[in-house]
Amino acid sequence: MTVRVDPEGFRALFDPRGVLVAGVSSHPGKFGFVALHNILTQGYEGAVYGTNREGGEVLGVPMLASPDDLPADAVVDLVFVCTPAAANPELLRACARRGIGAAFLTSAGYGEAGEAGRLAEQQLVALADELGLLLAGPNGQGVVSTPARLCAQIVAPYPPPGGVAIVSQSGNFVSSFQNLALATGVGVSRAVSAGNAAAVTVPDFLEYYAGDDETRVALAYVEGVGDGRALYERLRSVAAAKPLVLLKGGTTPGGQRAAASHTGALASDEQVFEGMCRQAGVTRATSVPDAWEAAATFATQPLPAGPRVAVVTTAGGWGVVTADAIARSELELVALPDDLRQAIDERLPPRWSRNNPIDLAGGETRDTVPEVLELVARHPGVDAVIYLGLGIQSNQARLMREGRFWPDPNLERIVAYHERQDARFAAAAAEVSEATGKPVLTATELAVTDPMNPGPRTVRETGRLCYPSSDRAVRALEHLCRRARHQRARAGA
Amino acid sequence: MARTLAEHESLALLREQGIPTVEEVVVDGPAAAVAAADRLGYPAVVKATGAGLAHKSERGLVRLGLRAAADVEAAAAELLDAAGGADGPAQLVVAPMVAGRRELFAGAHDDPQFGPAVVVGIGGVFAEAVRDVSFRLAPVSSLDAHEMIGDLRSLGYLGPFRGEPAVDREQLADVLLALSDLITRRADVAAVDVNPLVVVDGAPVAVDALVELRS
Repeated sequence: MTVRVDPEGFRALFDPRGVLVAGVSSHPGKFGFVALHNILTQGYEGAVYGTNREGGEVLGVPMLASPDDLPADAVVDLVFVCTPAAANPELLRACARRGIGAAFLTSAGYGEAGEAGRLAEQQLVALADELGLLLAGPNGQGVVSTPARLCAQIVAPYPPPGGVAIVSQSGNFVSSFQNLALATGVGVSRAVSAGNAAAVTVPDFLEYYAGDDETRVALAYVEGVGDGRALYERLRSVAAAKPLVLLKGGTTPGGQRAAASHTGALASDEQVFEGMCRQAGVTRATSVPDAWEAAATFATQPLPAGPRVAVVTTAGGWGVVTADAIARSELELVALPDDLRQAIDERLPPRWSRNNPIDLAGGETRDTVPEVLELVARHPGVDAVIYLGLGIQSNQARLMREGRFWPDPNLERIVAYHERQDARFAAAAAEVSEATGKPVLTATELAVTDPMNPGPRTVRETGRLCYPSSDRAVRALEHLCRRARHQRARAGA
Repeated sequence: MARTLAEHESLALLREQGIPTVEEVVVDGPAAAVAAADRLGYPAVVKATGAGLAHKSERGLVRLGLRAAADVEAAAAELLDAAGGADGPAQLVVAPMVAGRRELFAGAHDDPQFGPAVVVGIGGVFAEAVRDVSFRLAPVSSLDAHEMIGDLRSLGYLGPFRGEPAVDREQLADVLLALSDLITRRADVAAVDVNPLVVVDGAPVAVDALVELRS
């Protein structure tokens, strides 16, 4: 069944003027309680109402028997449904009578629940269509919209605001990505668990994200492909508008392939799907961290004009393995231009690497790191920079703070200097990236092992991702580079 | 039920489609095979052909590098013996041995999920073991064709190689565009294999092909 998806329906879902939680429970372990709790505690400023059969008050919200009992002046756009499937048709009719435009259904017992469930789901979709309701779910975990400060979900967490819009066929991936948003500080605009996607499907949400001003990049988890050709056309149009990162789970049964031909034998679902993604300009990720880091990078770094990467490092080994990772990728470790070598020579003792990776080899003084980052990023022969070695000194500062000689005026002075320097280096990486319009990625395991180290902490404060390892920075940059190349090739066509 | 075209019929269809193919002569017996080889030049190739014969090299129905008339005559007699029987009537194809070390693979099929699709890959008898292939959905643009070639892992295989020039990617892309056109335009074509697509002085030449038709 094809359902027309009305933009007004999406507005009701993502920017509701008021929310009704249907099926509120007084038991803190039940979804009907958790949903109300999450909406009330994460900053949503619209009116919140609740219905249940018991009446009384839950979390200070008086319980109504039905949407018909909403105050005459109530303006409610979204109903968040935690009632059993059997109660929903009457509920939705009452909601529509009150002008509610969108329903998110957590209710189970639909398409995932055998023949009777499938029939109930078809009837639900037909009813929503008849009532002009946008129907999200059923059997979904919820919807998040940070511009509205809306956390309408039966699970945690609530992510910081930002430019990544998430949609997933599996609710748990929405949680995974939002957990990563919290940990990395790169924020989310919208997030929705499509559940059974009975009416509004993953491509429907993606098309909305493509036109959504709050969203810079779309991130989707999908399993089934359905009509592959239609999916291709829709993904292609979304990816033409915005970066689209896709994580696909499972191999779907491919049906019968032409067995007599090599082509048929070589055409695995995986390889055809991969080709489709590349053709559509979709960024295909291979894991949850890969997907998140790709999306976070698209959201926070400019696209590189080309594949030429320079690595700036304060220690040799890191540069070497990063060069190896670049060699395995589609990126290019640019040969250090002569004029750039001379410029760096003027600022460092002769033991620096004098090549790319640019290994400062401990020869740096107070201003060397910001100066070299600036020189490298501004050079016309460099398209992107990876910066390694942030936070080392603050790591030592932490040991001093925690050691038995603390407090001590001498130690305090050097600790303050180290911490100030790392914060400054992180800020310099962001500033030079903004000034040059080139991606500058900072990688250190301290992002994970000691997130409060002033280095990675400052990277987060600049709104950027601090990559937990240099190969992951390389991988993220490769995703950007591939999209940039795809777009450049088509812009000229 | 699908049916496959014989090799020479398959190659003829590719030729109509503008894909460079090896010149071939279909003959009935050893004497005619020798006459054909004399005309096309040595070393020659003799293969059994027939509507029922797919995967000829796996079944030993191909004789390569035949240097003289006597070799062609002997090979022709053996192949007619080997290919007869259950597979139905067999004929022979005589062709000149194409001089190129590199073998590519190209094809098109109607994918059950995504519809018509085109493939390019590293070819030859190890194609299925190597599985270095790249797909796009048809119709492919010239840009798509170039990008799918660029997606192959073994790109070094396409560069200058042991005294042979680099593969002409423009010509290879043209083969892919022709296959895209064929699978898109012809509703009766279910799949096309071109394997090997031998690289001769940098230019791809279809040496064997299999077209599968829907009946």
